[in-house]
Amino acid sequence: MTAHPPPVALLCELTHRCPLRCAYCSNPLALEGASDELSTGEWMNLLDQAADLGVLQVHFSGGEPTVRQDLADLVAHAAGRGLYTNLITSGVLLGAAQIMALAEAGLEHVQLGLPDCEEEGSAFITGFKGGFARKMATAQAVRDAGLALTVNAVITRHNAARLPRMIEMAVELGARRLEVANVQYYGWGLKNRAALMPGPDQLKAMTPIVQEARERLKGVLVIDYVIPDYYAKRPKSCMGGWGQQFVNITPSGKVLPCHAAETIPHLSFDSLRERTLRDIWEHGMAFSAYRGDHWMPSACKACDRKEIDWGGCRCQALALAGDAAAIDPTCVDSPHHAGIRALAEAEAEAGSDAITYRSFTLPRSG
Amino acid sequence: MTGRVLIADDSVPRLAPHVRLRYDEARSRWAVLAPERMLLPDDIAVEVLQRLDGQRTLAAIIDLLAQEFQAERAEVRGDVIDLLQDLSDKGFVTA
Repeated sequence: MTAHPPPVALLCELTHRCPLRCAYCSNPLALEGASDELSTGEWMNLLDQAADLGVLQVHFSGGEPTVRQDLADLVAHAAGRGLYTNLITSGVLLGAAQIMALAEAGLEHVQLGLPDCEEEGSAFITGFKGGFARKMATAQAVRDAGLALTVNAVITRHNAARLPRMIEMAVELGARRLEVANVQYYGWGLKNRAALMPGPDQLKAMTPIVQEARERLKGVLVIDYVIPDYYAKRPKSCMGGWGQQFVNITPSGKVLPCHAAETIPHLSFDSLRERTLRDIWEHGMAFSAYRGDHWMPSACKACDRKEIDWGGCRCQALALAGDAAAIDPTCVDSPHHAGIRALAEAEAEAGSDAITYRSFTLPRSG
Repeated sequence: MTGRVLIADDSVPRLAPHVRLRYDEARSRWAVLAPERMLLPDDIAVEVLQRLDGQRTLAAIIDLLAQEFQAERAEVRGDVIDLLQDLSDKGFVTA
């Protein structure tokens, strides 16, 4: 018997290298350099450990995972161990031959990020010119290779008005699944929140557009809709509960309960270079810290949604309420709830376009 | 663009491309794995999904289930169509 049920999903940040500089990137502000990345052998060893532990799905992400020359080898290794494989990519570096090689290696699914439905908006948000046409070509090559395609349309106040066109584009590209994903404000996204946050009127307009499209495209396109937490009434079930389903590996092999967990300063994170995945999952300090309900404020412990949202997001509690063990401020029962909604509305209203683009050199905060 | 698939008696339902039914040994249960989604089918759904071989028609699958479980065919038919239409609309099954 194991101490805890094993994780279902493993997210491998194969690298933090990426040609794009997206304003909403969820990677940490302190990016890990290429020289620290796990080797091919170390990643393969992790995939073996994950399959043995009971992981079912592996997501290859980054950074931009396709900068790794060994990606197809890692996909083949994962598929050989029965893991369901998913590639999360910007699509700007992939040629048709490489996509075919990934399909032959056993890749099942590609999630393609779509920052906008046109070049101008795409270049503005990603800090990268010419990306839009490359993404379109990648989507076509993914379908030609017979792979399943999800389009991840990332919504900010800059492109919210173009949501209907983005939905039609997902259909035209042959995606069977679309994420209408309002930015989650972590990492670079949190840093750039004031330049990205949609206003309440924009949000109000989105909901009926999604509902209408879901009905019209039933059986053609599945649409998942994520609203910005700041306008929510109840917190999301972040990662399906801390340390319950999901494990995130950084390029250098640090094992995290979520991609933003390193923002919580009192946690310490173990490395695959020193401990096994099973040992870290079951006994690691960072996983134990907020697993289950032992850490919860009494209001959360008594709440009938306790095992639905598991108290929401610890990183957000720290960022917005100053305490990682506080009630997630997106919850109506948090004393900060009204304040963060007002903050979002004020930032949307102010309409700043000042973006700090993602970079390996941490900008001085001013 | 392809339209919505409607599951009918002469359909040949099967798991959609890149959808896998596998036994999850760590948790002693069946799982349907799909792009960034996972479904935990109940025992009846597992019996139905295991019989989707890409050859049998819906009518043949219903006959098989009704016979094996000694159940009323009309009742089996209604349940199986409801299940597969729902899974088709969610992208797990095609025909």
